[in-house]
Amino acid sequence: MKHRASIAFATAIALLLQGCAGWQSALDPKGPAASELAWLIWFFTGLCAVVWVLVMIALAMPLLMRSRLHADPLVLDAGADNRKLRVVMIAVGLTAVILVGLTLLSFFANRTLAAIGSDAALTIRVTGHQWWWEVRYEDATPSRILTTANEIHIPAGEPVRLLLTSTDVIHSFWVPSLSGKLDLIPGRMNVLDIKADKPGIYRGQCAEFCGAQHANMGTFIIAEPRAKFDAWWNDQLQPAAAPTSDEAKAGGELFLKRPCVMCHKIGGTPAGGTVAPDLTHVASRQTLAAGTLMMSRGNLATWIADPQGVKPGSHMPVVDLSGDELNAIVAYLEGLK
Amino acid sequence: MRPVIALLLSASLALAACQREERDTRPQSALGSGERPTPVTTLEPGGQRPSPTDNKAASFEANAFHLSEGKRLFGWFNCSGCHANGGGGMGPALMDEKWIYGDSMESIHATIRDGRPNGMPSFRDKIPDDQIWELAAFVRSLSGNAPSSAAPSRNDDMMVHPSENRMPDAATLGKSP
Repeated sequence: MKHRASIAFATAIALLLQGCAGWQSALDPKGPAASELAWLIWFFTGLCAVVWVLVMIALAMPLLMRSRLHADPLVLDAGADNRKLRVVMIAVGLTAVILVGLTLLSFFANRTLAAIGSDAALTIRVTGHQWWWEVRYEDATPSRILTTANEIHIPAGEPVRLLLTSTDVIHSFWVPSLSGKLDLIPGRMNVLDIKADKPGIYRGQCAEFCGAQHANMGTFIIAEPRAKFDAWWNDQLQPAAAPTSDEAKAGGELFLKRPCVMCHKIGGTPAGGTVAPDLTHVASRQTLAAGTLMMSRGNLATWIADPQGVKPGSHMPVVDLSGDELNAIVAYLEGLK
Repeated sequence: MRPVIALLLSASLALAACQREERDTRPQSALGSGERPTPVTTLEPGGQRPSPTDNKAASFEANAFHLSEGKRLFGWFNCSGCHANGGGGMGPALMDEKWIYGDSMESIHATIRDGRPNGMPSFRDKIPDDQIWELAAFVRSLSGNAPSSAAPSRNDDMMVHPSENRMPDAATLGKSP
């Protein structure tokens, strides 16, 4: 029976530890900032564990050596008192040294984090909205400034500077595999420098409670080789692909006649709303609604037909569309690669 | 016995906090009132039009959620482009007590949905019907026609005028000299 319980315990621990790997984990660092933080986490945890064990031993000792401590309390023993005082003073001194040491470690780790982006060539402005991320690539040439949503492509191996702000409430940007978290505060610009050592997809999550759909406010950092990143940027700057099939053409017209056009932008069409995610290349993204649904024709239809069922409280309203109208709009959006 | 009663009472008080406002975000028919004819004249008896069939005025105009949603949409849909935060510009002011087409929720709803002569565009099919009702409720709050307990209390950005819940109550004080 006891054997079975220990097997169950070991399985549960193994399952729990599974959560420490993967595309969103501070303990599985993929960049210099996250490596620094992961090292701090392990060192702090290790050192504090040692201290905890020593304190527990010190507490257990009087219990185990009860007989020796049963001397007459009224007899004065200056030697014993001095020994006790010395032990307490040594413990206090060690505590002070450990605390100051940990503070210094944390200070030097912060210095390393701050130095990561000192020569960043790429600046990306990330604006938090309830409940999605607006991503704007800054460039000295105005025609190369790019606005997209929820997915942040970066060149791998290069430092990137993120300027974080918000338009409504405080959000927090956290991609555990690459860096620590930093708040997005309305009316303030916070600077976070990140660097991904290798190409890959790293998931991020809003880390400051921001309302009903806080949990469904995900983002993806997609690190790619420089050449691929440049090609992606050039593709994204193009106006939206013109619809080819009759159904998609009808969908494009419906998009402009229906409430979609009030909030969303599609480059190259009269749709120019800026309060909701830019849909110029929506089908090139991997997810919908800030990481809530995977991108597919079916999920596009689900999201448009019943956004309040998928993400209750989100600012995407339920819009009255017939089945044919819904199909046409989905066909159009699906072609916006 | 007494401690048990006290415990039950405090537990029921604490549980009352679990009550959450019901928000109807999935209307049956999102563009509901399409059956109404578009007005072709400004000549209407008393400047008013009969109320539409799916009248949401009563449930929306004193509801804090709908009023603040209206405030958000007022900014999102660029109403300020003409009405300048309610102070008036190309379009008439919305924060005074003058109403060209009447001060009822139904009139404001009809104005937004069907448009009015001299510039007000029609947003029929462009704004879901519930959001038009929310905008109408918010427009009324601009001139102190919403209960201050429900009207929006702050902006997400720069404050251009005192918040809507600090407007003088239109029914008693809001008459300009």
